[in-house]
Amino acid sequence: MKTIQVSTTINGDATEFLCGPDESLLDVLRNRLGLTGVKEGCGTGDCGACSVTLDGRLVCSCLVLGAEAEGAQIGTVEGLAQGDRLHPLQQSFIDHAALQCGICTPGILVAAKALLDRNPDPTDTELRYWLAGNLCRCTGYDKIIHAVQAAARTMRETADAQG
Amino acid sequence: MLAAEPGVTRILTGGTDVMVQMRAGLAAPALVVDVKHLTGLRAITPEAGGYRIGAAVPGAVMGEHAGLRALWPGVVEGVELIGSTQVQGRATMAGNLCNGSPAADAVPGLVAADAVVRIMGVDGARDCPVIDIPAGPGRTTLAKGDIVTSIFLPARPARSGDAYLRFTPRSEMDIAVVSAAVSLTLGADGAVTAARVALGAVAPTVLLVDEAAQAIIGTRLDDAALAALAAACSAACRPIDDKRGTVAFRTQVAGVLARRAASIARDRAHSAGDAA
Ligand SMILES: Cc1cc2nc3c(=O)[nH]c(=O)nc-3n(C[C@H](O)[C@H](O)[C@H](O)COP(=O)(O)OP(=O)(O)OC[C@H]3O[C@@H](n4cnc5c(N)ncnc54)[C@H](O)[C@@H]3O)c2cc1C
Repeated sequence: MKTIQVSTTINGDATEFLCGPDESLLDVLRNRLGLTGVKEGCGTGDCGACSVTLDGRLVCSCLVLGAEAEGAQIGTVEGLAQGDRLHPLQQSFIDHAALQCGICTPGILVAAKALLDRNPDPTDTELRYWLAGNLCRCTGYDKIIHAVQAAARTMRETADAQG
Repeated sequence: MLAAEPGVTRILTGGTDVMVQMRAGLAAPALVVDVKHLTGLRAITPEAGGYRIGAAVPGAVMGEHAGLRALWPGVVEGVELIGSTQVQGRATMAGNLCNGSPAADAVPGLVAADAVVRIMGVDGARDCPVIDIPAGPGRTTLAKGDIVTSIFLPARPARSGDAYLRFTPRSEMDIAVVSAAVSLTLGADGAVTAARVALGAVAPTVLLVDEAAQAIIGTRLDDAALAALAAACSAACRPIDDKRGTVAFRTQVAGVLARRAASIARDRAHSAGDAA
């Protein structure tokens, strides 16, 4: 089977890779590019563990072909922290103990960031619907909701302070 | 290219069905053609008072389009029920239609809207009413090499509204057990002058139930008219019996949902009239 050469941008960095025509973006990110923050859960778009952004839209990378990344902007959990400084969402998940086993966490962080980028002040209902495609079998979700809302407050305060 | 390939082919828009089928081994296409980059396929374009939706426009983009939501709220709410935020970022109305699921959430709303599908085939472009596309579970009337390029939602008279409802055991991330879409127009006196009623997941393909529309045309959707609508819908059902819903349950709920959808469509028609 012929391989396809793809030029893309991942977390702001220009990246090139070769992939099979039927290879998912999830497999490319994990197996070819070493971005193992992207997790494989179900592989069928139900669990959200493999969530990334594709040109600013939240998607399941298991439902995207690697070849579709051509010319696109991809965002993964690895792009959240700035050097050693965790993103407010990451810090908040630690502070609120919003994870146990952690498999769902990268996907939830990417999904939550995608929401807060659009809507810095979501209601709990908006947040729960937005995250309905991110399954967590440990926490019971409550701590996740608290952690995201706390991070959203911090981010709003920082934005206000910067005027 | 598609027509010339002797093996199994798949057109890809959002890939939310194609990728799952490939992984499950249900489809092993020799050729996958990603059509998203063809000109115009990603655009929502105003046309003759309605909107032409490119086949590659994902649900999330439709949901963010204020003009489309205002004109065809029922169609948009059907599309928005497809999957999660992640799935909405990818899944298209065209893919939903061409996948051929009897429970596809976008399809009853499109049928009620009398939407028109534009198809590019080997012999050129043609237009086809949505209702003529589904042929059975997983099957459509499209020929090999046919590509849906857009779906056209027409202009509508003042005081028109539509609505889509589905029954699922969970409120999110589930497949319709029964669904109903109603599109209607009211006269100045508040009586229904035109209506289309479509049911999903109660037959091998979506059903357009003429008797149900006739039951409400000329009425003000009083209780008797709504009861006649529900009865006509139940009478049209030819559902399967499975663990998700029995024949009796689907048959009854189809009527209930159609009735509720008709009431919502009427309220929307009133507010559309007030706004105009
Ligand atoms: C987690 C999850 C949840 C889901 N929930 C729902 C739900 O609640 N309701 C629901 O109805 N569906 C649901 N689906 C199914 C799926 O998301 C929808 O059917 C979606 O609309 C398919 O669109 P797509 O663009 O991804 O299609 P694709 O997967 O790209 O294509 C689907 C089919 O249509 C054909 N096709 C696509 N585009 C064209 C074209 N332009 N011309 C001709 N043929 C074409 C393809 O070859 C394929 O056979 C869900 C899927 C997942 C993974």
